[in-house]
Amino acid sequence: MLTLQYIPHHEFASLTIDEKLRRILKSVREDKILIIEGRLHPIEESELIKRTMQVISKSFKGIEIASIDYQFRGDFIDKVKKDIAHFLLRKRSGLTIVGPATIVKEIRKDPSKIELLTMERKKK
Amino acid sequence: MMSKIRGFFGGVFGVFKKRKSIKLGIYGHPNAGKSTIANKISKDWLGEEFTKASAVPHETREVVIKEKITVKSKGKELTFNLVDTPGIATKIDYEDFLKYKINPKEAKERAKEATKGVIDAIKWLDNMDCVLVVLDATQNPYSQVNITIIGNLAARNIPVLIVANKIDLKKSDVKRVESAFPQYPTVAVSALKGENMEAFYDELFKLVK
Repeated sequence: MLTLQYIPHHEFASLTIDEKLRRILKSVREDKILIIEGRLHPIEESELIKRTMQVISKSFKGIEIASIDYQFRGDFIDKVKKDIAHFLLRKRSGLTIVGPATIVKEIRKDPSKIELLTMERKKK
Repeated sequence: MMSKIRGFFGGVFGVFKKRKSIKLGIYGHPNAGKSTIANKISKDWLGEEFTKASAVPHETREVVIKEKITVKSKGKELTFNLVDTPGIATKIDYEDFLKYKINPKEAKERAKEATKGVIDAIKWLDNMDCVLVVLDATQNPYSQVNITIIGNLAARNIPVLIVANKIDLKKSDVKRVESAFPQYPTVAVSALKGENMEAFYDELFKLVK
């Protein structure tokens, strides 16, 4: 059975980096796929990769992770729109998906969409 | 007053000290061609390769440094220490190595070393003065590893040059790489075949000002 766990921004934003990473790794090692409202900071992402590497074992092969942000074309008006959106949403724009590599085969990402592919079940 | 004077001289000499030993890091996914590029640079300017490149992922499992490489182009000279880092991945499965006819014991050892290599590569981000982010131009550039590496470099204000490698392959798509990271300069090469290396060195001079 596939378990998806949604973490709203208000629940995640108040945590320290250590608490965030422990929470993610705990859930992922319990074979849950997390959908987090908002994005991790790049430093948090690299720390997550480091900690993932520290706990890789025969049963835990690592994680698949992807995040998307709202897309703006990049002209001045769009930049202003983005800044306003970030201000109003208090950096909770975007979405992060993290899952165990033993369940999530691949997360395909294009600039504005995420496709999550799970492992095929072995036929009995 | 003394601290101001010390700060002034520290700043002046700090600049020269930094310029003497510029660390140029090479980052990217496993199998993006980091070691092939490192070897190409070393071979072009020192006449020798210095690291092992192979088709097996995580061939480089330790940070490897080649000191004092001097590149010359259009009357200009640039000296740096080249730092080839292990590929950054979010998952490592020893069973993946078995496909390359590596025995299980060796595969497990390789996987263990690869996890340490990833950690070291991330730790080394703090030591770099500028970085080549190597992308396999045949693959989707929007991977989280690429985004995390570039995000970390941006957070540290480290200058970045994106190297779209493997342009000798039919599936390569340089425009896709360029459009994924429009805020950074991109140069397309085939390190293996030595294609477009002149443009690469031109961009390198711009990167390491």
